[in-house]
Amino acid sequence: MTNEMPLWEVFIRGQHGLNHRHVGSLHAADAEMALLHARDVYTRRNEGVSIWVVKSADITATSPGDKGPMFEPSNDKVYRHPTFFDIPDDVGAM
Amino acid sequence: MTAPKIKPDEALFQFLLRLGDNTLILGHRVSEWCGHGPVLEEDIALANTALDLIGQTQLWLGLAGEVEGKGRTADSLAYLRDTHEFRNLLMAERPNGDFGQTLMRQFLYDAWSSLMLTRLSQSSNPRIAEIAAKALKEVTYHLERSADLCIRLADGTEESHTRMQAALDDLWPYTGEMFIGDAADETLAADGIAPNPADLHDDWRAIVNRLATEGTLSIPDTPFAHQGGKSGRHTEHLGFILAQMQWLQRTNPGAIW
Repeated sequence: MTNEMPLWEVFIRGQHGLNHRHVGSLHAADAEMALLHARDVYTRRNEGVSIWVVKSADITATSPGDKGPMFEPSNDKVYRHPTFFDIPDDVGAM
Repeated sequence: MTAPKIKPDEALFQFLLRLGDNTLILGHRVSEWCGHGPVLEEDIALANTALDLIGQTQLWLGLAGEVEGKGRTADSLAYLRDTHEFRNLLMAERPNGDFGQTLMRQFLYDAWSSLMLTRLSQSSNPRIAEIAAKALKEVTYHLERSADLCIRLADGTEESHTRMQAALDDLWPYTGEMFIGDAADETLAADGIAPNPADLHDDWRAIVNRLATEGTLSIPDTPFAHQGGKSGRHTEHLGFILAQMQWLQRTNPGAIW
């Protein structure tokens, strides 16, 4: 059958204090149904304490074709990593 | 009208069988959808519901076996009784029909079950109160889901509306049995173990009225109620369900997985 219901992206917070993480997607007629579906499809094994759903169409994403100008310029800018500082011993583990 | 006397332990055993058989037979029916749901999301949701119901069965029938005190377990009660020994509502054994009929049956049952479990969570019997409190969390979600979908479909397209109205008309004569008490019910009500079935009717009807209003459905105007499930007189459907459910234990007695 054809599925005319829109696609939703599902984000679940696994524990209090952690961030919501993208876990997958599903089809639902509206946000309310998407939440119920997300509960049934993605939290069957006690995975979550909170669910967000976002319409997939509302997400603006980078294009794989733009990978060069988008990401490659940062490849050789090692000085952006804080690896050139001497950390005093008494600071301890960072 | 005075009902025939029934011993308190026997009344309790019968009551627990009724609760456990409702969830077992309805759970089995819902599980028949596994792999056949209209979309993946609904398929998984139906399987979750079936598993919840079968989980509740283990608790109710497990307690029933203890109360009976003859060494029967939830498994032996589920797999080694014949149709006339089952005490589920006739509605639970109704065929699945289309997706709308399955959801309407679920909604009518969930609405009753959530009220029954709410009352049972205050039972004078602490074991019953504990099981009811646990099951109520599951059933509260089941009701939210079945009510939501029934309203959507009833207030959806012309075809979905027609199907939901047909489902309600078809199942309506099977709802009355939920509210008809007998000697066992009276004994338990007197001891504060369980509510009188009739006491749940008005709240149940209010939930159903809400569905009818929001879903633009008309509630059938007939007082006729099919009866018999609670005392072991079943429709022909139960035999087929048990054949499917029990054949493995009947063919290989004591087989474990």
